Amino acid sequence: MVDMMLLAQLFIVCLIIGFMAFGGGYAMIPLVHDFVVDRFGWMGTQEFTDMIAIAGMAPGPIAVNSATLIGFHQAGILGTLTAVIGMVLPSLLIALIIVYMVKRFGDRQNKWLHSAFDGLKPAITGLIIYSALVMAINNGLTQTWDSHSSSQMLIFLASLMALLFLRIHPVYIILASGVVGIVLYS
Amino acid sequence: MNREKWKLLRDLFFTFLKIGPVTFGGGYAMLAIIEREVTGKKRWMDSEEMNDIFTTASAIPGAIAINSAALVGSRLAGMAGALAATIGVLMPTVMIVLLLGVAFTYLQQHPLVAAAFTSIRATIVALIVYAAYRFGRAVVWDKTSFALCLVTVVMLYSFHIHPILVIVGSSAIGILLFAIKVRRKEEQATRQDQTTNPVPDYFMGEGI
Repeated sequence: MVDMMLLAQLFIVCLIIGFMAFGGGYAMIPLVHDFVVDRFGWMGTQEFTDMIAIAGMAPGPIAVNSATLIGFHQAGILGTLTAVIGMVLPSLLIALIIVYMVKRFGDRQNKWLHSAFDGLKPAITGLIIYSALVMAINNGLTQTWDSHSSSQMLIFLASLMALLFLRIHPVYIILASGVVGIVLYS
Repeated sequence: MNREKWKLLRDLFFTFLKIGPVTFGGGYAMLAIIEREVTGKKRWMDSEEMNDIFTTASAIPGAIAINSAALVGSRLAGMAGALAATIGVLMPTVMIVLLLGVAFTYLQQHPLVAAAFTSIRATIVALIVYAAYRFGRAVVWDKTSFALCLVTVVMLYSFHIHPILVIVGSSAIGILLFAIKVRRKEEQATRQDQTTNPVPDYFMGEGI
């Protein structure tokens, strides 16, 4: 039996996230967390982090990958379809409107719109920093000093250095980290 | 619908279908490939038009690769084109993620997988810090933007304001600051008319 209520919730949550997803994948983690973990309790924080990890490992945008996984987690394939359509619909609608506007009114640069983005962009940086902070706390990186938290801290620092200085794709760093985890924690 | 249109739609769909699975992590890595296909192989538009599309795609909400697909599609073939390109770019990645998700559901209890993910969770935090650095490097460039960024983190962390409020509020602040700047500029212009010795222009962002 398909739970229509759940599908409707999934659709609306993803639609809202889709409309608010300025600045790409990692900026919308706090928003997704707010809905999926805090408000609806669909996932625990650890499950949520694992979900983000898998979304980051696969090709494609983080936002759509998260929608795919959240939808599947809640309601199988139908949930995935509902969530992905909800997440992508704002992009489609806005793209159509913009192409129409440009055709109709020409490509005029709107100063007021640009000024809104001048405010929005630093705030999005703040959003991403906040999501790093929340993830760090959720995963015990900031707990009292013991062998587990210090090894996690080391992995975090090594990963960050690798991302900053090795010019290789993040997915390899995630995979390498998985191998380190198997050696360290199993 | 005539034959030409169908051919274009099919072309759009398969072009973006190919682009989808090639790049990991989405976003900017994908753009080079989209550009190569759209302006190079298919000659659907010139690179100037392509750049306009990328600028717009990064400014509107949603993933930049999806937005680019939707914009290219709708520019070439209206609503049907947007749908064809978007579904094309989405389909392979959604299926790959689904497979990964299903595999994880079955394997997460396995001690090796659990151990791997204990480490990966710390790496994901690093990945997000790195994303903040990459994004912030380009947009946090003066005192005002630094303050805005800092205030956002404090508001979210200490006062638990909702992320949507951050997005709406910061846009409003951007417009407000711009309005103040415009007014100041006008005042200064009138002052300069009155005095023969003009005040040096210290912070006027021309063309912002």
